[in-house]
Parts: sequence; C-alpha cells; structure tokens
Amino acid sequence: MSELLEFVNLSKTYDKRYYAVNHLNATIPKGKIIGLLGPNGSGKTTLIKMINGLLVPTEGAVLLGGLEPCPETKARIAYLPDRSYLDPHQKVEQILEFFGDFYENFSREKALNLLAGLGIDPSVKLSTLSKGNREKVQLILVMSRQADLYVLDEPIAGVDPAARDYILKTIIGNYNPEASVLISTHLISDIENVLDEVIFLRHGQLVLYTSVDNIREQHGKSVDAYFREVFAC
Amino acid sequence: MAWDLKSDRPIYAQLVEILQRQIVSGHYSPGERLPSVRELAEEAAVNPNTMQKAFAELERGGLIQTQRTNGRTVTENQELIEELRRKLAKQHVGVFLDKMQALGYTVPAIEGLLEETLREREVSI
Repeated sequence: MSELLEFVNLSKTYDKRYYAVNHLNATIPKGKIIGLLGPNGSGKTTLIKMINGLLVPTEGAVLLGGLEPCPETKARIAYLPDRSYLDPHQKVEQILEFFGDFYENFSREKALNLLAGLGIDPSVKLSTLSKGNREKVQLILVMSRQADLYVLDEPIAGVDPAARDYILKTIIGNYNPEASVLISTHLISDIENVLDEVIFLRHGQLVLYTSVDNIREQHGKSVDAYFREVFAC
Repeated sequence: MAWDLKSDRPIYAQLVEILQRQIVSGHYSPGERLPSVRELAEEAAVNPNTMQKAFAELERGGLIQTQRTNGRTVTENQELIEELRRKLAKQHVGVFLDKMQALGYTVPAIEGLLEETLREREVSI
C-alpha cells in the first residue's frame, strides 16, 4: 500500500506552551476512507489546517506525496472546511464558475449532475437554500474535484439524518480507489460503516490508528461505543 | 435503504451473511450477475473496501465467481447453494433450540409445541 500523507513528528503549539498537536507520527495510504475522531479540543481542526497549509507547524512536517504544503499539494487536496467561506449572495452557478477558475481538476459537469440529483436549481442564490442544502452544495463542490486527498472537516454536523445519508452516499459514490478521504467528526455512529480506518486523537496525540473491523473484532463493540469508553470523562 | 447492520460485530462478516442469505433465498439466482462493488456499497451504505472484502470471502468459498469480462456472478453450482442453505437453516434451528431450552422446555415439549403451532398456522392460512 503506497503512502499518500505523512505526519512526521508534527506539532503545533499556541502561546508557546499549549500543544494543540503534539509530536504526531502517522502515515495515511491511498484508497482509504479514514475517520479522524477525538473529543472537542483534541487537535482535529488544527491538524486539518496544517494539512491544508493554513497553519504552519511549530515542529515537524506534514507531507503529501513527500511535499510540504505548497500550491502543488493544494491542487491535489480537496478541502471542506468546518465553516463556509462562500459568498451567500452568489448564485450556485457563479460559485461553480469560481471553483472552475480556481481548480483545474474541478468537474463542472459532475457538480451539475449531483445538483440535479438533489433538485437544486443552479440559478438560485446560496442564501435562499436551507442549511442542509447549503452544506450539500459545499460537499458537492469539494467532491467534484478529482483530488488525491479529500479532507472533510465535520461534513455531517448540523444536518438532518436524511441529509447525512445523502452526504455519506455521495462520499461512497464518488470514492476513487486511488484517493483517500479523511473525515473529522464526533458523530461516529452515523459514519462508522463507511470508514476503513479510524484515528483517535487526544490532547493532540495519536491514541489509536486501526481499522473499524479490528475494533469490532477485538472489543466486540462499535467504534462509537469504544470511543465513549476510551474518552470517558 | 441502508442494510441493517449490527454495531458490535465486524461489518464485513455481516455483509457476507447478508449476501449469502440473498443468494440462498434466490434474490440473486444461480449464474446471475451481481451489481458492482460500488453499487452494492452505496446500497448498503458501507465502505467499498469492506464490500470488496466480503466479495473476496464469498469468492473463496466458491459462492460467487469473477468473470473476466462480465463482472461477478453467482455460482451455478446448485449443490453448493443447497449445502449453504442447510447450514444456515441449521444455525437458525440451533438458536431456536437454545432459546427454548433457556425458557425451560424439554425436547419432547418443544416438539409438541412445534406441532401445535404448525397446526394453528395451517388453520389460519
């Protein structure tokens, strides 16, 4: 299995003493859907921001195909942030154009197909859509890129269960065996059936990196139940 | 509709069982072409790699075959399917007997109750 993303002794401190990510070492292969799981404040979003070059590591490095974050890695990573950066006053079709201008690997056709499947009219403004539909539009934009790594920060938070199912189906349906998907969430039970592997983070450190079926085989319980046990307060 | 999967057992093992049931029950008939891994993964709402693993397991047992040109098909070996049907049925009977014995039934009492229930069913049909 060839490696795609590597964390080498990766650390990020805030205020020079608080470690948000603490000497993290891990290698993520191609062709996997991986859950990045941890309680609030465990470093998930800090880690994701370093992968995308939005934060600079204090120590160590994050490498995509051997490269530190740079325009080339950004072209190969499709990133769904935990909050929207789109202009709500723009029409969906204008946003598609915006994405097409920014990303060479964006398929407008694919995005239009996915929107049509949802019955979302591309000529409406983003601000007129429901919260659930806005989240779906953003996911569609990200999944319509032909990337090597998809990084989804809390893609299912704040949407109803049917929208969650749609989002998970979109992730499965657009899955490409050459790419990997990293999904951060704390809604584990909703998502664990689509995951190959899980990474547990606590205080910025790697607690566990294993497969979903390993946890079920070894502990006889779901990842969700095991998570509650490991992180019990 | 996503498949009904339990949370305390490996997912791939449950996929294997569901696919076996679908083949034994004739949902997929002998020689029939199966949907692709991706299609079934989407239907079941599971990871495609996990579905792939379940297919590999079924292939090892000979229940499905990979055709070079035609995707995957159910075996045409009726004996193999019949054997599996019997094995699954025996498992059900085993579970039934365990539960009845846990309720305090002896073997003759179970037989009696079984016959009685079957008669009632015939009447109602």
